[in-house]
Amino acid sequence: MKKGVIVLLAMLLPAAAAQADERLDEAVREYREKLAEASPGELYVIMGEELFRARRGPKNSSLEACDFGLGPGVLKGAYAQLPRYFADSGRVEDLESRIATCMARLQGLPPQALPQRGFGDARMGDFLRLATYVAAQSNGMKLAPPLAHPKEIEAYRVGEILFYRRAGSHDFACATCHAVSGKRVRLQRLTNLADAKDAQRGFPTWPAYRPVAGDVHTMQLWLGACFQQTRYPELRFASETSIALQAYMAQHAAGGLIDVPGVKR
Amino acid sequence: MKRVLFSIALLGGCAGVGEDSYRERAEAALKAGFAGGDPKILARVERQDEVQRLCSEHRDAPPAAIAASIRSGQRAGLRYPASGRLMGDWRAGKKIAEDAGGLRYGDPAGKPAGGNCYACHQVEEREIAYGTLGPSLLAYGKKRSGKNRSGAGVDAAVRETYERLYNPQAFTACSAMPRFGHNGVLTPEQIAHLVALLLDPASPVNR
Repeated sequence: MKKGVIVLLAMLLPAAAAQADERLDEAVREYREKLAEASPGELYVIMGEELFRARRGPKNSSLEACDFGLGPGVLKGAYAQLPRYFADSGRVEDLESRIATCMARLQGLPPQALPQRGFGDARMGDFLRLATYVAAQSNGMKLAPPLAHPKEIEAYRVGEILFYRRAGSHDFACATCHAVSGKRVRLQRLTNLADAKDAQRGFPTWPAYRPVAGDVHTMQLWLGACFQQTRYPELRFASETSIALQAYMAQHAAGGLIDVPGVKR
Repeated sequence: MKRVLFSIALLGGCAGVGEDSYRERAEAALKAGFAGGDPKILARVERQDEVQRLCSEHRDAPPAAIAASIRSGQRAGLRYPASGRLMGDWRAGKKIAEDAGGLRYGDPAGKPAGGNCYACHQVEEREIAYGTLGPSLLAYGKKRSGKNRSGAGVDAAVRETYERLYNPQAFTACSAMPRFGHNGVLTPEQIAHLVALLLDPASPVNR
Protein backbone atom coordinates (compact mmCIF):
# COMPACT_ATOMS: atom_id res chain seq x y z
CA MET A 1 0.00 0.00 0.00
CA LYS A 2 2.80 2.37 0.96
CA LYS A 3 4.44 1.73 -2.39
CA GLY A 4 1.16 2.55 -4.10
CA VAL A 5 1.01 5.90 -2.35
CA ILE A 6 4.58 6.71 -3.31
CA VAL A 7 3.99 5.78 -6.97
CA LEU A 8 0.87 7.89 -6.96
CA LEU A 9 2.75 10.80 -5.41
CA ALA A 10 5.51 10.53 -8.02
CA MET A 11 2.92 10.59 -10.79
CA LEU A 12 1.53 13.79 -9.35
CA LEU A 13 4.65 15.86 -9.83
CA PRO A 14 3.95 17.36 -13.24
CA ALA A 15 0.20 17.73 -12.64
CA ALA A 16 -1.47 21.06 -12.05
CA ALA A 17 -1.46 22.05 -8.37
CA ALA A 18 -5.20 21.90 -7.76
CA GLN A 19 -5.56 18.55 -9.49
CA ALA A 20 -2.55 17.23 -7.60
CA ASP A 21 -4.10 18.26 -4.32
CA GLU A 22 -7.26 16.38 -5.16
CA ARG A 23 -5.47 13.18 -6.12
CA LEU A 24 -3.26 13.38 -3.06
CA ASP A 25 -6.33 13.67 -0.84
CA GLU A 26 -7.75 10.66 -2.64
CA ALA A 27 -4.58 8.60 -2.05
CA VAL A 28 -4.54 9.44 1.64
CA ARG A 29 -8.24 8.64 1.95
CA GLU A 30 -7.79 5.29 0.26
CA TYR A 31 -4.86 4.46 2.55
CA ARG A 32 -6.98 5.19 5.62
CA GLU A 33 -9.89 3.12 4.36
CA LYS A 34 -7.63 0.11 3.83
CA LEU A 35 -6.21 0.56 7.30
CA ALA A 36 -9.64 0.93 8.89
CA GLU A 37 -10.60 -2.53 7.65
CA ALA A 38 -8.17 -4.10 10.11
CA SER A 39 -7.32 -1.26 12.47
CA PRO A 40 -4.93 -2.07 15.31
CA GLY A 41 -7.21 0.23 17.29
CA GLU A 42 -9.70 -2.64 17.62
CA LEU A 43 -7.23 -4.34 19.95
CA TYR A 44 -7.55 -1.40 22.32
CA VAL A 45 -11.27 -2.05 22.68
CA ILE A 46 -10.53 -5.63 23.78
CA MET A 47 -7.67 -4.66 26.09
CA GLY A 48 -9.72 -1.77 27.45
CA GLU A 49 -12.58 -4.05 28.40
CA GLU A 50 -10.20 -6.35 30.28
CA LEU A 51 -8.84 -3.38 32.21
CA PHE A 52 -12.35 -2.09 32.86
CA ARG A 53 -13.43 -5.38 34.45
CA ALA A 54 -10.18 -6.09 36.31
CA ARG A 55 -10.05 -5.64 40.08
CA ARG A 56 -7.31 -3.13 40.75
CA GLY A 57 -6.06 -0.55 43.24
CA PRO A 58 -6.14 -0.41 47.05
CA LYS A 59 -9.88 -1.09 47.04
CA ASN A 60 -9.42 -4.10 44.79
CA SER A 61 -12.41 -3.23 42.67
CA SER A 62 -13.24 -2.87 38.99
CA LEU A 63 -14.54 0.17 37.13
CA GLU A 64 -17.81 -1.59 36.29
CA ALA A 65 -19.81 0.67 38.63
CA CYS A 66 -18.40 3.86 37.11
CA ASP A 67 -21.10 6.44 36.33
CA PHE A 68 -20.35 8.15 33.01
CA GLY A 69 -23.46 10.29 33.32
CA LEU A 70 -26.24 7.84 32.50
CA GLY A 71 -26.05 5.92 35.79
CA PRO A 72 -23.56 3.50 37.40
CA GLY A 73 -22.35 0.91 34.91
CA VAL A 74 -24.28 2.32 31.94
CA LEU A 75 -21.84 2.56 29.05
CA LYS A 76 -24.11 2.48 26.03
CA GLY A 77 -24.56 6.05 24.81
CA ALA A 78 -22.53 7.56 27.67
CA TYR A 79 -19.68 8.78 25.46
CA ALA A 80 -22.23 10.45 23.18
CA GLN A 81 -23.04 12.81 26.07
CA LEU A 82 -19.55 13.84 27.12
CA PRO A 83 -18.13 16.21 28.26
CA ARG A 84 -20.81 16.90 30.89
CA TYR A 85 -21.19 18.18 34.44
CA PHE A 86 -20.87 15.64 37.27
CA ALA A 87 -22.34 16.53 40.65
CA ASP A 88 -20.04 14.16 42.57
CA SER A 89 -16.85 15.85 41.37
CA GLY A 90 -18.46 19.28 40.96
CA ARG A 91 -16.97 19.83 37.54
CA VAL A 92 -17.35 19.21 33.83
CA GLU A 93 -15.45 16.10 32.83
CA ASP A 94 -14.43 14.54 29.55
CA LEU A 95 -14.05 10.81 29.04
CA GLU A 96 -10.55 10.56 30.48
CA SER A 97 -11.06 12.83 33.48
CA ARG A 98 -14.19 10.80 34.28
CA ILE A 99 -12.19 7.56 34.12
CA ALA A 100 -9.64 9.21 36.45
CA THR A 101 -12.42 10.18 38.88
CA CYS A 102 -13.72 6.61 38.91
CA MET A 103 -10.23 5.17 39.37
CA ALA A 104 -9.80 7.39 42.41
CA ARG A 105 -13.25 6.77 43.89
CA LEU A 106 -13.88 3.14 43.05
CA GLN A 107 -10.37 1.74 43.05
CA GLY A 108 -8.79 4.10 45.57
CA LEU A 109 -5.92 4.97 43.26
CA PRO A 110 -3.99 8.03 44.51
CA PRO A 111 -3.62 11.04 42.17
CA GLN A 112 0.03 10.20 41.54
CA ALA A 113 -1.04 6.86 40.05
CA LEU A 114 -2.91 8.76 37.34
CA PRO A 115 -1.17 10.46 34.40
CA GLN A 116 -0.20 14.05 35.11
CA ARG A 117 1.08 14.85 31.67
CA GLY A 118 0.16 14.03 28.09
CA PHE A 119 2.77 12.50 25.82
CA GLY A 120 5.60 10.63 27.45
CA ASP A 121 3.66 9.77 30.60
CA ALA A 122 3.95 6.00 31.02
CA ARG A 123 0.70 5.94 33.03
CA MET A 124 -1.20 7.04 29.90
CA GLY A 125 -1.39 3.60 28.29
CA ASP A 126 -4.21 2.26 30.48
CA PHE A 127 -6.22 5.41 29.81
CA LEU A 128 -5.97 5.03 26.06
CA ARG A 129 -7.30 1.46 26.28
CA LEU A 130 -10.05 2.27 28.80
CA ALA A 131 -11.12 5.37 26.88
CA THR A 132 -11.26 3.50 23.58
CA TYR A 133 -13.35 0.71 25.11
CA VAL A 134 -15.85 3.06 26.80
CA ALA A 135 -16.15 5.31 23.73
CA ALA A 136 -16.73 2.35 21.40
CA GLN A 137 -19.84 1.42 23.41
CA SER A 138 -21.51 4.47 21.82
CA ASN A 139 -20.64 3.51 18.24
CA GLY A 140 -23.39 4.30 15.75
CA MET A 141 -24.99 6.86 18.07
CA LYS A 142 -25.15 10.60 17.53
CA LEU A 143 -22.99 12.90 19.59
CA ALA A 144 -25.31 14.95 21.85
CA PRO A 145 -23.34 16.55 24.68
CA PRO A 146 -25.57 18.38 27.19
CA LEU A 147 -25.45 22.16 27.52
CA ALA A 148 -27.79 22.93 30.37
CA HIS A 149 -25.89 23.15 33.65
CA PRO A 150 -24.20 26.54 34.23
CA LYS A 151 -20.86 24.73 34.49
CA GLU A 152 -21.46 23.18 31.05
CA ILE A 153 -22.21 26.62 29.63
CA GLU A 154 -19.10 27.94 31.34
CA ALA A 155 -16.93 25.15 29.88
CA TYR A 156 -18.31 25.91 26.41
CA ARG A 157 -17.68 29.65 26.72
CA VAL A 158 -14.21 29.20 28.21
CA GLY A 159 -13.42 26.77 25.38
CA GLU A 160 -14.65 29.26 22.81
CA ILE A 161 -12.49 32.06 24.23
CA LEU A 162 -9.43 29.78 24.32
CA PHE A 163 -10.13 28.55 20.77
CA TYR A 164 -9.81 32.09 19.40
CA ARG A 165 -7.07 33.27 21.78
CA ARG A 166 -3.82 34.04 19.95
CA ALA A 167 -0.58 33.88 21.90
CA GLY A 168 2.97 32.64 22.02
CA SER A 169 6.03 33.05 19.82
CA HIS A 170 4.06 32.22 16.65
CA ASP A 171 0.84 34.17 17.36
CA PHE A 172 -1.23 31.01 16.95
CA ALA A 173 -4.74 30.27 18.17
CA CYS A 174 -6.63 27.02 17.54
CA ALA A 175 -8.69 29.11 15.12
CA THR A 176 -5.64 29.99 13.00
CA CYS A 177 -5.78 26.52 11.46
CA HIS A 178 -9.17 25.18 12.55
CA ALA A 179 -11.64 27.94 11.66
CA VAL A 180 -10.91 27.74 7.92
CA SER A 181 -12.25 25.29 5.35
CA GLY A 182 -10.45 23.10 2.82
CA LYS A 183 -6.89 23.85 3.97
CA ARG A 184 -3.92 21.65 4.83
CA VAL A 185 -0.84 21.80 7.03
CA ARG A 186 1.77 19.96 5.00
CA LEU A 187 -0.36 17.05 3.74
CA GLN A 188 -2.60 16.96 6.80
CA ARG A 189 -6.13 18.06 6.01
CA LEU A 190 -7.36 20.51 8.64
CA THR A 191 -10.76 20.12 10.24
CA ASN A 192 -12.77 23.33 10.40
CA LEU A 193 -14.11 23.02 13.93
CA ALA A 194 -16.26 26.12 13.55
CA ASP A 195 -18.16 24.33 10.77
CA ALA A 196 -20.73 21.75 11.87
CA LYS A 197 -20.31 19.32 8.95
CA ASP A 198 -16.55 19.25 9.23
CA ALA A 199 -16.58 19.02 13.04
CA GLN A 200 -19.12 16.17 12.88
CA ARG A 201 -16.80 14.25 10.61
CA GLY A 202 -13.61 14.90 12.56
CA PHE A 203 -14.50 14.93 16.25
CA PRO A 204 -16.61 11.79 16.98
CA THR A 205 -13.99 9.47 15.46
CA TRP A 206 -11.64 9.97 18.42
CA PRO A 207 -10.11 7.95 20.06
CA ALA A 208 -8.36 6.98 16.84
CA TYR A 209 -5.47 4.88 15.61
CA ARG A 210 -2.59 7.03 14.41
CA PRO A 211 -0.28 5.16 12.03
CA VAL A 212 2.39 7.83 12.49
CA ALA A 213 2.44 7.15 16.23
CA GLY A 214 1.68 3.42 15.94
CA ASP A 215 -0.76 3.96 18.79
CA VAL A 216 -4.33 4.89 19.62
CA HIS A 217 -4.66 8.46 20.79
CA THR A 218 -7.56 10.27 22.40
CA MET A 219 -8.73 13.75 21.46
CA GLN A 220 -6.96 15.00 24.56
CA LEU A 221 -3.61 13.63 23.40
CA TRP A 222 -4.26 15.04 19.95
CA LEU A 223 -4.84 18.44 21.56
CA GLY A 224 -1.48 17.95 23.25
CA ALA A 225 0.13 17.46 19.83
CA CYS A 226 -1.50 20.67 18.62
CA PHE A 227 -0.15 22.54 21.64
CA GLN A 228 3.36 21.34 20.86
CA GLN A 229 3.19 22.31 17.19
CA THR A 230 1.73 25.74 17.98
CA ARG A 231 4.67 26.38 20.34
CA TYR A 232 2.52 26.26 23.46
CA PRO A 233 3.71 24.63 26.69
CA GLU A 234 2.77 21.02 27.39
CA LEU A 235 -0.96 20.64 27.99
CA ARG A 236 -1.71 19.13 31.39
CA PHE A 237 -3.81 15.95 31.29
CA ALA A 238 -7.46 16.46 32.27
CA SER A 239 -6.87 20.19 32.84
CA GLU A 240 -9.76 22.64 32.65
CA THR A 241 -8.21 24.01 29.45
CA SER A 242 -8.29 20.60 27.80
CA ILE A 243 -11.84 19.85 28.92
CA ALA A 244 -13.17 23.30 27.97
CA LEU A 245 -11.72 23.04 24.46
CA GLN A 246 -13.34 19.64 24.06
CA ALA A 247 -16.66 20.97 25.39
CA TYR A 248 -16.52 23.69 22.73
CA MET A 249 -15.62 21.29 19.92
CA ALA A 250 -18.20 18.70 21.01
CA GLN A 251 -21.06 21.22 20.73
CA HIS A 252 -20.04 22.03 17.17
CA ALA A 253 -19.75 18.33 16.35
CA ALA A 254 -23.17 17.51 17.87
CA GLY A 255 -25.15 15.25 15.57
CA GLY A 256 -22.04 13.53 14.24
CA LEU A 257 -21.97 9.73 14.30
CA ILE A 258 -19.63 8.11 16.80
CA ASP A 259 -17.31 5.65 15.07
CA VAL A 260 -14.49 4.57 17.39
CA PRO A 261 -11.63 3.85 17.03
CA GLY A 262 -11.20 5.99 13.93
CA VAL A 263 -8.11 6.04 11.75
CA LYS A 264 -6.24 9.33 11.49
CA ARG A 265 -2.84 10.37 10.30
CA MET B 1 -25.64 25.75 17.00
CA LYS B 2 -28.65 28.10 17.27
CA ARG B 3 -29.92 26.04 20.17
CA VAL B 4 -26.52 26.38 21.81
CA LEU B 5 -26.43 30.14 21.52
CA PHE B 6 -30.00 30.45 22.69
CA SER B 7 -29.50 28.42 25.84
CA ILE B 8 -26.29 30.29 26.55
CA ALA B 9 -28.06 33.62 26.28
CA LEU B 10 -30.85 32.33 28.49
CA LEU B 11 -28.69 30.84 31.22
CA GLY B 12 -26.07 33.55 31.06
CA GLY B 13 -28.82 36.12 31.49
CA CYS B 14 -30.47 34.32 34.41
CA ALA B 15 -27.28 33.70 36.33
CA GLY B 16 -25.95 37.17 35.54
CA VAL B 17 -22.75 35.64 34.20
CA GLY B 18 -20.96 38.24 32.12
CA GLU B 19 -18.51 37.90 29.25
CA ASP B 20 -15.77 39.28 31.51
CA SER B 21 -16.16 36.50 34.03
CA TYR B 22 -15.81 33.87 31.29
CA ARG B 23 -12.73 35.69 30.08
CA GLU B 24 -11.20 35.69 33.56
CA ARG B 25 -12.05 32.03 33.92
CA ALA B 26 -10.42 31.25 30.58
CA GLU B 27 -7.21 33.07 31.58
CA ALA B 28 -7.12 31.22 34.91
CA ALA B 29 -7.78 27.87 33.20
CA LEU B 30 -4.97 28.52 30.76
CA LYS B 31 -2.48 29.35 33.53
CA ALA B 32 -3.39 26.12 35.33
CA GLY B 33 -3.45 24.10 32.12
CA PHE B 34 0.25 23.57 31.54
CA ALA B 35 2.55 20.88 32.87
CA GLY B 36 5.48 23.19 33.55
CA GLY B 37 8.05 23.64 30.82
CA ASP B 38 10.29 26.45 29.62
CA PRO B 39 9.33 29.58 31.65
CA LYS B 40 9.94 31.75 28.58
CA ILE B 41 7.50 29.78 26.43
CA LEU B 42 5.04 29.75 29.34
CA ALA B 43 5.21 33.53 29.83
CA ARG B 44 4.62 34.26 26.14
CA VAL B 45 1.49 32.13 26.08
CA GLU B 46 0.09 33.36 29.38
CA ARG B 47 0.61 37.04 28.55
CA GLN B 48 -0.71 38.19 25.19
CA ASP B 49 0.74 41.30 23.63
CA GLU B 50 -1.69 44.04 22.56
CA VAL B 51 -1.88 42.81 18.95
CA GLN B 52 -2.63 39.24 20.00
CA ARG B 53 -5.28 40.51 22.41
CA LEU B 54 -6.98 42.67 19.77
CA CYS B 55 -6.87 39.95 17.10
CA SER B 56 -8.34 37.42 19.54
CA GLU B 57 -11.10 39.81 20.56
CA HIS B 58 -12.03 40.55 16.93
CA ARG B 59 -11.41 37.01 15.69
CA ASP B 60 -8.83 38.26 13.20
CA ALA B 61 -11.28 40.68 11.55
CA PRO B 62 -10.65 43.98 13.37
CA PRO B 63 -12.59 47.14 12.47
CA ALA B 64 -10.75 49.37 9.98
CA ALA B 65 -9.50 51.88 12.56
CA ILE B 66 -8.03 49.17 14.79
CA ALA B 67 -6.53 47.40 11.76
CA ALA B 68 -4.83 50.64 10.69
CA SER B 69 -3.40 51.22 14.15
CA ILE B 70 -2.09 47.64 14.32
CA ARG B 71 -0.38 48.07 10.92
CA SER B 72 1.28 51.35 11.81
CA GLY B 73 2.33 50.14 15.26
CA GLN B 74 3.87 47.00 13.79
CA ARG B 75 5.56 48.97 11.01
CA ALA B 76 7.25 51.12 13.62
CA GLY B 77 8.79 47.98 15.12
CA LEU B 78 10.47 46.73 11.91
CA ARG B 79 14.21 46.06 12.33
CA TYR B 80 16.84 45.25 9.71
CA PRO B 81 20.16 43.36 9.66
CA ALA B 82 23.10 45.33 11.06
CA SER B 83 24.88 44.84 7.73
CA GLY B 84 22.02 46.57 5.92
CA ARG B 85 21.87 43.65 3.45
CA LEU B 86 18.31 42.40 3.11
CA MET B 87 19.18 39.71 0.57
CA GLY B 88 21.22 36.81 1.91
CA ASP B 89 22.09 33.38 0.52
CA TRP B 90 19.25 31.33 -0.96
CA ARG B 91 20.97 28.04 0.03
CA ALA B 92 20.89 29.04 3.68
CA GLY B 93 17.29 30.22 3.14
CA LYS B 94 16.31 26.82 1.75
CA LYS B 95 17.53 25.10 4.94
CA ILE B 96 15.63 27.55 7.14
CA ALA B 97 12.45 27.10 5.07
CA GLU B 98 12.64 23.31 5.41
CA ASP B 99 13.45 23.31 9.14
CA ALA B 100 10.25 22.63 11.09
CA GLY B 101 11.89 22.76 14.53
CA GLY B 102 12.52 25.28 17.24
CA LEU B 103 10.60 26.72 20.18
CA ARG B 104 8.43 23.63 20.66
CA TYR B 105 8.67 22.00 24.07
CA GLY B 106 11.13 19.16 23.80
CA ASP B 107 13.21 20.91 21.13
CA PRO B 108 16.91 21.24 21.99
CA ALA B 109 17.65 24.62 23.56
CA GLY B 110 20.03 27.02 21.87
CA LYS B 111 19.50 25.72 18.34
CA PRO B 112 18.19 28.45 15.98
CA ALA B 113 14.52 27.98 15.05
CA GLY B 114 13.43 27.11 11.54
CA GLY B 115 10.80 28.88 9.46
CA ASN B 116 8.75 25.72 8.74
CA CYS B 117 7.50 27.46 5.59
CA TYR B 118 6.16 24.24 4.01
CA ALA B 119 3.61 23.85 6.79
CA CYS B 120 1.56 26.55 5.06
CA HIS B 121 3.16 27.36 1.67
CA GLN B 122 4.25 25.67 -1.52
CA VAL B 123 7.83 26.84 -1.97
CA GLU B 124 9.80 24.80 -4.51
CA GLU B 125 8.23 22.47 -7.00
CA ARG B 126 10.06 19.30 -5.97
CA GLU B 127 8.64 19.34 -2.41
CA ILE B 128 5.07 18.09 -2.64
CA ALA B 129 4.31 17.88 1.09
CA TYR B 130 3.26 21.49 1.44
CA GLY B 131 0.36 23.14 3.23
CA THR B 132 -2.23 25.45 1.74
CA LEU B 133 -3.02 27.89 4.58
CA GLY B 134 -0.86 30.49 2.85
CA PRO B 135 -0.50 31.28 -0.87
CA SER B 136 1.88 29.31 -3.12
CA LEU B 137 5.29 30.93 -3.34
CA LEU B 138 6.30 29.11 -6.54
CA ALA B 139 8.06 31.51 -8.89
CA TYR B 140 7.71 34.28 -6.29
CA GLY B 141 10.71 36.15 -7.69
CA LYS B 142 9.85 35.46 -11.33
CA LYS B 143 6.45 37.03 -10.83
CA ARG B 144 8.19 40.16 -9.65
CA SER B 145 10.78 40.06 -12.44
CA GLY B 146 9.19 43.10 -14.13
CA LYS B 147 10.60 45.01 -11.24
CA ASN B 148 14.01 43.44 -11.85
CA ARG B 149 14.62 45.70 -14.87
CA SER B 150 14.93 48.80 -12.76
CA GLY B 151 17.24 48.88 -9.79
CA ALA B 152 14.71 50.74 -7.68
CA GLY B 153 12.08 48.06 -8.37
CA VAL B 154 14.35 45.29 -7.17
CA ASP B 155 15.09 47.21 -4.00
CA ALA B 156 11.38 47.71 -3.39
CA ALA B 157 10.59 44.00 -3.86
CA VAL B 158 13.47 42.98 -1.59
CA ARG B 159 12.43 45.44 1.07
CA GLU B 160 8.76 44.48 0.98
CA THR B 161 9.56 40.76 1.07
CA TYR B 162 11.90 41.25 4.03
CA GLU B 163 9.32 43.31 5.89
CA ARG B 164 6.50 40.83 5.21
CA LEU B 165 8.61 38.03 6.63
CA TYR B 166 9.72 40.14 9.59
CA ASN B 167 6.20 41.21 10.43
CA PRO B 168 3.25 40.39 8.15
CA GLN B 169 1.02 42.47 10.39
CA ALA B 170 2.78 45.61 9.22
CA PHE B 171 0.82 44.90 6.00
CA THR B 172 -2.22 42.85 7.08
CA ALA B 173 -3.53 43.29 10.61
CA CYS B 174 -4.21 39.95 12.29
CA SER B 175 -2.59 37.98 9.47
CA ALA B 176 -2.47 34.26 10.27
CA MET B 177 1.27 34.23 9.55
CA PRO B 178 3.65 34.38 12.53
CA ARG B 179 5.55 37.63 13.05
CA PHE B 180 8.86 35.82 12.59
CA GLY B 181 11.16 38.80 13.12
CA HIS B 182 9.06 40.86 15.51
CA ASN B 183 8.57 37.87 17.81
CA GLY B 184 12.24 36.89 17.67
CA VAL B 185 11.59 33.48 16.10
CA LEU B 186 14.03 34.21 13.26
CA THR B 187 16.93 36.68 13.29
CA PRO B 188 17.12 39.50 10.70
CA GLU B 189 19.97 37.57 9.03
CA GLN B 190 17.88 34.39 8.77
CA ILE B 191 15.06 36.42 7.26
CA ALA B 192 17.47 37.90 4.68
CA HIS B 193 18.33 34.32 3.65
CA LEU B 194 14.63 33.60 3.14
CA VAL B 195 14.34 36.76 1.03
CA ALA B 196 17.07 35.33 -1.21
CA LEU B 197 15.25 31.98 -1.44
CA LEU B 198 12.17 33.83 -2.69
CA LEU B 199 13.77 36.45 -4.94
CA ASP B 200 17.17 35.23 -6.17
CA PRO B 201 16.82 34.19 -9.83
CA ALA B 202 19.17 31.25 -9.08
CA SER B 203 16.92 29.95 -6.27
CA PRO B 204 14.91 26.76 -7.02
CA VAL B 205 11.80 28.82 -6.26
CA ASN B 206 12.39 30.73 -9.50
CA ARG B 207 13.96 28.10 -11.74
